[in-house]
Amino acid sequence: MNIGVLVNALPGACAQGLIWGIMAIGVYLTYRILDLADLTVDGTMCTGGAVCIMMMLKGYSVWMALLVAFLAGMLAGLVTGLLHTFFGIPAILAGILTQLGLYSVNLRILGSKSNQAINVDKYDLLISLRYIKDVPFWKNTILVVAVITIILIALLYWFFGTELGCSIRATGSNANMSKAQGINTDFNKVLGLMISNGIVAFSSGLYAQYQGFADVNAGRGAIVIGLAAVIIGQVVFGRIHANFAFKLLFVSAGAIIYYLVLQVVMWFGLNSNDLKLISALVVAVFLALPHLKDKYSARRIKKGGESHA
Amino acid sequence: MLELKGLKKTFNAGTVNEKTALNGLNLRLEEGDFVTVIGGNGAGKSTMLNAIAGTWFVDEGSIHIDNLDVTKLSEHKRAQYLGRVFQDPMTGTAASMQIEENLALAARRGQPRTLRIGINNKERAFYKEQLRILDLGLEDRLTTGVGLLSGGQRQALTLLMATLKKPRLLLLDEHTAALDPKTAAKVLDATDRIVKKDNLTTIMITHNMKDAIAHGNRLVMMHEGRIIYDVSGEEKKSLTVADLLHKFEEVSGGEFANDRMILS
Repeated sequence: MNIGVLVNALPGACAQGLIWGIMAIGVYLTYRILDLADLTVDGTMCTGGAVCIMMMLKGYSVWMALLVAFLAGMLAGLVTGLLHTFFGIPAILAGILTQLGLYSVNLRILGSKSNQAINVDKYDLLISLRYIKDVPFWKNTILVVAVITIILIALLYWFFGTELGCSIRATGSNANMSKAQGINTDFNKVLGLMISNGIVAFSSGLYAQYQGFADVNAGRGAIVIGLAAVIIGQVVFGRIHANFAFKLLFVSAGAIIYYLVLQVVMWFGLNSNDLKLISALVVAVFLALPHLKDKYSARRIKKGGESHA
Repeated sequence: MLELKGLKKTFNAGTVNEKTALNGLNLRLEEGDFVTVIGGNGAGKSTMLNAIAGTWFVDEGSIHIDNLDVTKLSEHKRAQYLGRVFQDPMTGTAASMQIEENLALAARRGQPRTLRIGINNKERAFYKEQLRILDLGLEDRLTTGVGLLSGGQRQALTLLMATLKKPRLLLLDEHTAALDPKTAAKVLDATDRIVKKDNLTTIMITHNMKDAIAHGNRLVMMHEGRIIYDVSGEEKKSLTVADLLHKFEEVSGGEFANDRMILS
């Protein structure tokens, strides 16, 4: 094992972590704020990239392509939101239905191909895995994505401090109370799902540029990576008393940590085919920890009681 | 100002769990009425409040607030006329949000939620003043998470939230039932003060007959989804718990009130 290989791979892992951090912020909005597990993102994490790459191949600018990717994600969120609120389908199932449907939609967007490549030399990409080293610092992908992340966090910090944003937080915290205070909880859930999926699709657009192609399988297991970032961020930084903006920053940091750890694991000799299994295990362990901790401390109480008897 | 006409509601219709909760309920409230509601378990007290609040739609009948037909108005739209405090202290507040954020949500009841800032400094001063009325020391803890408050504090906060923006009708659903006697008395006291100050039209459900007699200007007793006894004015003032028990036995044909009602 050559430590140089690992060190060389770290900037790339950092960039990937940052890009997925944006996606994880989208997941945070539904999972933590709205208290919904939204599986739509497995579909939108492909849709955004597909839209972005196809638009750019057609000659649109990168910002236009990212904007349309964002809107496409919002549309997917709208579908899930309406299935959930208007048609009364449980949120998880609504997300799965949209996600499954999106697979066909994504293939259509990609022109019935499973992937579409874009040449970094011919198109003016915002970020790329080629822009990690030997580029002017302002073009460096890590810097560009970090700046985008900070702008996004600032926007969300502002939005969730507005009357509308506060009412979305209230909807996730206590729906009964929200309705009693005249808040349209259905509307808020749909809006929250739209914003979340818009952000995920935007991140997907960035990720496709970074890799140099959009792939129909790009979103498989995305929800797990998003949750992993949210949970790692919470476990690592949870003890820090922080405002909303920093909580979002921790999510982004969680995604970076996730990718760095994966890089190390791969350096130890596991190959990229094992990544999904590792991801699933990491998330399962972190989700199980609070429960196991309670169980363990409960057992200790019982033992203590016996010895005193 | 409130008129309920022939309200009917059956839950789980057509199954073995079928339960007729409201069975032709009629009630008319005048401006400034403070009505206490008593009745055994399953008499339809909470169901009546939920029907008014629009938690679900009634099967039959009509609900008018200020001559406006709200029978088919959704819960969140109806909220502009109503202030509500629930039995469970957890229901009325958002635990993951701060005290001032909860109050700011309540202050905007009935208004569209815009992209203006969710809470400003001018409001903060006002909330501080309002919290002082509760006399629970919450005025110095505006940014405390509501999840950290006790049940009594949360219930008092919910009461303040329900009345911060003066409602046309205040609905109190056994709002002191889950509290210890001392705290319950404090919250009831705050209720009286707030209702009197703003001359709020109020419906208060209670299982405590003494409280039902001591508070408000009118008392109604419910049984099997209907109002079976309605008393107000001087007649109500001279009521005793024994009178109520007697009345209840009379109308319910001997099968009597649960222990909870007798003991309290």
